[in-house]
Amino acid sequence: MRHFDYARAGSAQQAVAAHGSDREVSFLAGGTTLLDLVKLDVMQPHKIVDINGVALDKIERLDDGRLRIGAMVTNTALARDQRVVDDYAVLSQALLAGASTQLRNKATTGGNVMQRVRCPYFRDGVSDCNKREPGSGCAAIGGVNRSVHAVLGTSDDCIASHPSDMCVAMIAIGATVEVQGPEGAREIDFADFHLLPGDTPAREHALEPGELITHVILDAPLEGSRSAYLKLRDRQSYQFALASSAVIVQMDGNTIREARVAMGGVGTKPWRAPEVEAALKGRPASEKLFAEAAKLAFENAIAYAHNGYKIPLGQQAIVRNLSDLTAA
Amino acid sequence: MSDNEKKSEKKSGDKRHIIGAGVPRIDGPDKLSGRANYAADNLPSNLAYGYGVFSTVASGKISKLSVDEARKMPGVIDIFHHGHFPTLYHTPSSFADGNKVEETRLPFEDERVYYEGQFVALVVADTFENARAAARRVKVTYSTDKAVANLDQGVEANGTQAGSGNHDRGDAPSAFDGAATTIDATYRTPVETHNPMEMHASTAWWDNGDLTIFDASQGVVVARNALSKIFAMPPERITVHAPYIGSGFGGKLWTWPHAIATAAASRELGRPVQVVVPRQQMFTTVGHRPETRQRLRLATDANGKLVSLRHEAINTTSYTDQYVETCGSVTKSLYSCPNLTVSHETTQVNRGTPTSMRAPGAAPGLFALESAIDEMALAVGADPVQFRLDNYAERDESKDLDFSSNHIVEATKQGAERFGWADRIPDIGSMKEGREIVGYGMAACNWEALKMACDARVSIRADGTAFASCATQDIGTGTYTIVAQAVSDVTGIALDKITVKLGDSSYPDGPVSGGSWATATTLPAIAGAARKALSEMKGYATGSNGAFSGASGDDLEVADGGLRNADGKQVSFADILAAGRYGSADGEAHTDGADSKYSYRSFGAHFVEVRWDPGISHLRVARVVSAIDVGKVINETTARNQVEGAVVMGIGMGLFEATEYDERNARPVNNDYAEYVVPVHADQPDVDVILLDYPDLAFNEYGARGIGEIGITGLAAAVANAVHHATGKRIRELPITLDKLMDDVPRAKTA
Repeated sequence: MRHFDYARAGSAQQAVAAHGSDREVSFLAGGTTLLDLVKLDVMQPHKIVDINGVALDKIERLDDGRLRIGAMVTNTALARDQRVVDDYAVLSQALLAGASTQLRNKATTGGNVMQRVRCPYFRDGVSDCNKREPGSGCAAIGGVNRSVHAVLGTSDDCIASHPSDMCVAMIAIGATVEVQGPEGAREIDFADFHLLPGDTPAREHALEPGELITHVILDAPLEGSRSAYLKLRDRQSYQFALASSAVIVQMDGNTIREARVAMGGVGTKPWRAPEVEAALKGRPASEKLFAEAAKLAFENAIAYAHNGYKIPLGQQAIVRNLSDLTAA
Repeated sequence: MSDNEKKSEKKSGDKRHIIGAGVPRIDGPDKLSGRANYAADNLPSNLAYGYGVFSTVASGKISKLSVDEARKMPGVIDIFHHGHFPTLYHTPSSFADGNKVEETRLPFEDERVYYEGQFVALVVADTFENARAAARRVKVTYSTDKAVANLDQGVEANGTQAGSGNHDRGDAPSAFDGAATTIDATYRTPVETHNPMEMHASTAWWDNGDLTIFDASQGVVVARNALSKIFAMPPERITVHAPYIGSGFGGKLWTWPHAIATAAASRELGRPVQVVVPRQQMFTTVGHRPETRQRLRLATDANGKLVSLRHEAINTTSYTDQYVETCGSVTKSLYSCPNLTVSHETTQVNRGTPTSMRAPGAAPGLFALESAIDEMALAVGADPVQFRLDNYAERDESKDLDFSSNHIVEATKQGAERFGWADRIPDIGSMKEGREIVGYGMAACNWEALKMACDARVSIRADGTAFASCATQDIGTGTYTIVAQAVSDVTGIALDKITVKLGDSSYPDGPVSGGSWATATTLPAIAGAARKALSEMKGYATGSNGAFSGASGDDLEVADGGLRNADGKQVSFADILAAGRYGSADGEAHTDGADSKYSYRSFGAHFVEVRWDPGISHLRVARVVSAIDVGKVINETTARNQVEGAVVMGIGMGLFEATEYDERNARPVNNDYAEYVVPVHADQPDVDVILLDYPDLAFNEYGARGIGEIGITGLAAAVANAVHHATGKRIRELPITLDKLMDDVPRAKTA
């Protein structure tokens, strides 16, 4: 750990002012990613702005039916919120499938959106990594890439999978990220927030320097829908998804009126699968349909040395989730 | 009267029920309340903190090491490295002489790098954070050699070196060639890393040339003796403390480089120094279970009796030391077979020196053997249980000795009965429940019973309490408690009036806590010392001013914290001591290691139910029944806990655990608790442990053989066999991860 300056902010405006537009300054919320990576010397902020004193810990229903979640709402609080449990089961389940109780008690909504990848070559501080050291290369391609590496959205410069469960549920639900920055407030569509690595894997999100996430607003729930999160992994707790699916379906008898499907563990960002949704829309539910639709999500998938299994596993995560949700 | 007769007499008395009782751990309250002090909990005044600089290449030489920037960092006191470190000496590293280390190379001995994560410098500063910050500013450049990254690369680059523990009887090749049915299969196990919760840690200081070190150690006496050689000073001037360790699993049996560096730095700086090994380096510089490749060739005659058995193993070792994983140790004697070969070889790779990990040899070895036995049973069309019952050895054919006590047939039958093996439908994938396919598998388990020499001291004190000491350790297994039980057994003093002190090399020499030998080794010495203390007490009681003056000690029995005669007269120990103005009645005892009249081994069988959900490629262990024959059980609770824990560890070995190395540069990749996957509570199945509890009185007076390791042996094979039953897939390479069970996995496009 290196020495750093520390400032405490009492409001979003103060936080943004204290941060400035310097990329080497970090906001500190729950700290479950930041402190870890600072101790590993992977992140080296020279200043930390603690935002635990900002009043962004409320969940409120907006008049248009959307749900506005403060950036400092903890994963535990969000997962247990009755409105989330009732209207967004997929989100509650995704949150509870992540990390451990202790971590969820500290981790925040904004922090979860901002969490960094688990690629060991990123975290070791030594290997070639274009995220950590742009231009150095990607040691994961050609290295050990079984568990926390993607098959969708990869590039020759980075194949790290996005680690969040929460974000997978949010991208399925549809959401907006509210941010505050030196230039004022603005909104970013959740689907546009996380960036594909391309040839700039160090740039992971759409925030400009100094911008702070203040809220995530969930789209109004799909009328009469059912939703669920299915996470597949080696052990049954405390592991990042090998493959997961967030599925929301609106049924009309046995016909799928509308479906929203997103995946975790397999993509370099929280991965919405519109081609799957289109294939399901207006069709009668059946295992055969689910399998055909799920397959579409992986048409452009790339298998690396150890993670080719994620291509069938990701399809299984979709099929089983759909199958359970559409069962009488 | 022989010891055995005495023992059977003892067992009839009420007061003897303390042996075998499931009494709670006497150290539990200290652990729960935080009073238990582990190595890094010791914070002497003026303590300085060390943090390592670790090599970032696996093979080569340090070409330049610059401390200029680091030296200027806040709080830095000194930075040690190969160009700045005191002269230390090699220990002969003898197990027999009790000065063994696993990595014989001294820290900072030269500029060579043999593995990634090797100590190349130690920064000492006023705080942990300052030491760590400065460590990151030490600039090291290397001239790097091509690293040998795994077993196959090692065999190709370096060939193999002959190992130890080999055995040959009859003519296995000829018998194989002429046999009715044969199998020939190769099994692989990966590197596994101990990863106890408590990371390795040392806190050391010097006082007038005497060294005191609190070290996370499973063997304070051997650590003292090894340090005595390394620092070239008398062992009497060194005290090693390990009152509590946060588990070890074998990883803390021997002294590792950080402890040596800590003691040296403390001497150089004239102040206490503490070093905690970071979690990442728990994978590099403190040992691991090595990777193995094992070829099994088995043959049976027309009646399904084994006629030829060959178990040939290769394991990885380091460039600095040869560590042999004796995979065939159990193979020699578990089954009756006239023609049998066991051989062990090693190959050098760029990893740190391996070390014993729970059931060394047997854990990977029985994965291979008990998988092969399952394959053999299927090949001859036999039920796997019946095949084993038909082939178990009745005596140790490798030593030409009878077993002291062997109830493996009963263990197998009881386990099968409790598990419901009779309900197993042999056809692959034939047992279904909902979406899950149920698989039943089983395997034998086995471990040698060992006993070392031991000294112990017991005092009965003026206040009527007892004090027992021995320089063995409680590594979380319950040794404190069973020592107290033994003292109570002899003296009749209640457990809450007994203080047990372990984990201090200044106490009477006790054994390393390993090999499942602590119980069998320590308890007879403790009991012997307690009897001597009692004898001294009786001497006081029957002396001229004693309460039973003129009586014979033989006529007095212990009762409720005192002595009682045939007339019912009872006097407390406290009163007896007070009457003669004695401070205590003391006894010391020495007991020897095991004799060689018998082959002493523990036996058992695991039965495992797995559930395979092919729709989501999910495999889980749903149920385990383990029937274990370890001789007399001293403490029902801690014994059961040992087997349950070993079963869970075996599930991890079967399904999850593997330290993964980048094959390009030998770098351990998944070096943290998130990516090195071990079972969590949610993976815990229903575990039903049957303890047969037959005292092995030829082994020691309590008839206990030890229980720490046997539970993990064979478990991974039982899982693999159950997986085969469910899926038809014979997985010969651990761990059995879901990707190995999936069909049609897309392969990577080759670059």
